[in-house]
Amino acid sequence: MRKIYNYILDEKNHHFIIPAISIILGFLVGSIIMIFSGLNPLDMFSSIIRGVLGINLSKIGTGKAIFNARYLGEYFVFAMPIILTGLSVAFAFRTGLFNIGAEGQMIVGSFASVAVAILVPLPTVLLLPLVILAGALAGAIWGFVPGILKAKYNVHEVVVTIMMNYIALFMTNYYLKKLPGSTNSKTVAIVKGATLKSDFLSDITNHSRLNWGFILVIIAVFSFWYIIEKTTFGYELKAVGYNPDAAKYAGIKVNSRAALSMVIAGAYAGLGGTVLAIGTFGYGRVLPHAEGYGFTGIAVALVGGNTALGSLLGGLLFGSLNAAQPIMQSSGIPKDIAVIISSMIILFIAMQNGIKMLLKRLKGGK
Amino acid sequence: MKYVIEMLNITKEFPGIKANDNVTLQVVDGEIHALLGENGAGKSTLMSVLFGLYQPEEGKILIKGKEVDVKNPNVANEHGIGMVHQHFKLVHNFTVTENIILGLEPKKSFGRIDIETAAKKVAEISDKYGLSVDPYAKIEDITVGMQQRVEILKMLYRNAEILIFDEPTAVLTPQEIKELMRIMKELVKEGKSIILITHKLKEIKEVADRCSVLRRGKYIGTVDVESVSEEEMAEMMVGREVSFEVEKIPATPTDVVLKIENLNVLDSRKLPAVKNLNLEVKAGEVLCVAGIDGNGQSELIQAITGLKKIESGKILFEGKSIEHESIRNRTLLGIGHIPEDRHKHGLVLDFSVEQNFVLQNYFQEPYSVKGIIQPEAIRSYSEKLIEMFDVRSGQGSITEARSMSGGNQQKAIIAREIDRSPKLLIAAQPTRGLDVGAIEYIHERLISERDAGKAILLMSLEMEEVLNVSDRIAVIYEGEIVGILNASETDENEIGLMMSGAKRGKV
Repeated sequence: MRKIYNYILDEKNHHFIIPAISIILGFLVGSIIMIFSGLNPLDMFSSIIRGVLGINLSKIGTGKAIFNARYLGEYFVFAMPIILTGLSVAFAFRTGLFNIGAEGQMIVGSFASVAVAILVPLPTVLLLPLVILAGALAGAIWGFVPGILKAKYNVHEVVVTIMMNYIALFMTNYYLKKLPGSTNSKTVAIVKGATLKSDFLSDITNHSRLNWGFILVIIAVFSFWYIIEKTTFGYELKAVGYNPDAAKYAGIKVNSRAALSMVIAGAYAGLGGTVLAIGTFGYGRVLPHAEGYGFTGIAVALVGGNTALGSLLGGLLFGSLNAAQPIMQSSGIPKDIAVIISSMIILFIAMQNGIKMLLKRLKGGK
Repeated sequence: MKYVIEMLNITKEFPGIKANDNVTLQVVDGEIHALLGENGAGKSTLMSVLFGLYQPEEGKILIKGKEVDVKNPNVANEHGIGMVHQHFKLVHNFTVTENIILGLEPKKSFGRIDIETAAKKVAEISDKYGLSVDPYAKIEDITVGMQQRVEILKMLYRNAEILIFDEPTAVLTPQEIKELMRIMKELVKEGKSIILITHKLKEIKEVADRCSVLRRGKYIGTVDVESVSEEEMAEMMVGREVSFEVEKIPATPTDVVLKIENLNVLDSRKLPAVKNLNLEVKAGEVLCVAGIDGNGQSELIQAITGLKKIESGKILFEGKSIEHESIRNRTLLGIGHIPEDRHKHGLVLDFSVEQNFVLQNYFQEPYSVKGIIQPEAIRSYSEKLIEMFDVRSGQGSITEARSMSGGNQQKAIIAREIDRSPKLLIAAQPTRGLDVGAIEYIHERLISERDAGKAILLMSLEMEEVLNVSDRIAVIYEGEIVGILNASETDENEIGLMMSGAKRGKV
């Protein structure tokens, strides 16, 4: 007990402890709200367990099948795009830039993948890599615009990325409808070979939409970690992020590093769009409004402390809340509770200085 | 003797370090009590404990003979303790009075602020202690010295009886320092007590009655200032004998390493800061650019190192014109730079010590190979520098730079810059805010680099440093070199006159 206590109070572990405390507090507040609304918080937790693990607790003892692998598969489908937008926001943040534009970068990534898949006449073996590349590249270009504007003219990236989100949404909607065979709401289905869909993965998860996108996610997480922790480029990005003046003093080209970091951030988000378009759906969708993956990405990065592993875990966390929403709905809990919990977690992360102070006081008081 | 403050056997621990180890401080009513110690000796921690910012693990605090539990700064304020911080806490676009009454504004009807009454009271207090502060002046329009007096006024307005001054002279000009000393004596005459945190022995000698010395968190002793010499106090502080004179053999300058021709540089407000400046620095000499702060010396240094673009002119390094080279190329050509502002330029404070050590050469082998960082090579390099330059920190190579004391941060920068063995070493205020021990060490290092045949360009605002370390002194006034003097043939007076523009010499 003493050991755990000391572990929690040790400042070295705060980068891990503070998100953990925030998550616990977030769920606590959500539960309290539920109790006040006359709902049973345990139902929510069982919904989350069902959404994540596919285990239906209420069926225990009824003799019916308890485990349904489809939920497990769908859980990953929910988590994959937001892990990637989380990586995007986190990467830009390491150079001190706030990428609000993951949403737009994702939308153009998604569009580029669909467009290439539909328009380019290549055998699928060659087409699939090209489709993936197109998504990442489109996102990268969408990140490059605010990056270069920041570097050259010191235009604030938050303003530019927000505007780029709208441009991305409405522009791609227009062009999606222009693609051959498109209806007003979606494009034609992409040939199976040029998608990430997998009968094997679908079969083992009871016909979920689980797809090969997870391999891209793993590569993305690894590449983030490798670039930031192992390369001189990552060292430069971190130096610029922590102290641009000292980076300049050391001869690092601060502006070009900032622009490049937005490019890479954009590529991660673009890849998220690819996974969504050719993994989850297999066709391009005309969106009436932004779906919020980019904004969830900000939350993911925040919870994950802007690290690779943190974004992965953060994505899995928020993915679980997303995955639980339909199940909550069907058991009579408004899905808004999940949104409230997500928001509370972010609120507590934002108040991390307060939490740190409390921990310090606990330490001082013993 | 009646003590106004007694801090008895205070112990305060931080992870890996005992910042205060059984420290006792007793301040007599109506005295100026100096608290002397090197950076990292625990002075600030002790004052933070007194002020309620930290809770000590052991020990007790008595104010006017009564034991008090100082839980937070408000408790300290209630007991009449006021602190004049090193970095002022003023709202820049507020007037003096508005700043002073912040938090306890006198009210008229309908909750309006009664500025007139407040200003009158401010003026009264100002007159009483001879502070000559205009209650209606805006903070952004008044000098640093005046701002400090506003801070003092703030304490007096709140009826503080015990005033803590944290390194008050660090930001002041010599004239302002004299003025502050006078004010402190005035305050004591009017019945206040003062704790003066400093490592400047001269100032202690001038104004303090008694002096308590800390060294590495331990209480060394309290002395009557009258009965001890500066040397004795320095020895108590550092723990060994300290020489104030820098020992050096005469310089043997050889080739010109740096040559500046008709240089013009603008400052951040686009006004001329360096005007048609010409200067030469030779291998094997220390040339010091001396002047009062804000006369273009910072811009000159930044132009040479590439941090600032120049307007016109030439900068020749070993005969090669470098004014359009990138910062990186200048570094690689053989220019080392100990920057003026170590927190802004010198260190990435969130990086570890070892990451900071490779800030200038992380892209070179063996620290990285083909763009991949080599942690083992960096670690062993870091261990070497820590050993060679005696850089002290809580956890060695992996200590976050932010958590190190100012002196050790500066040592880390100096280690990094000197170890690259640059042909030209630019040292801008290398000892600012450091204690005698560290200053002595840094001066020795600069001289040994000079003796190894390197060119040293020193920029300093400290007269003692200017005279002790340099071989030649170039006095800068309003962006121009107004005279170049041999250090051995001049004195404080002559340099002072030139610095203030009253005299010109040979250039």
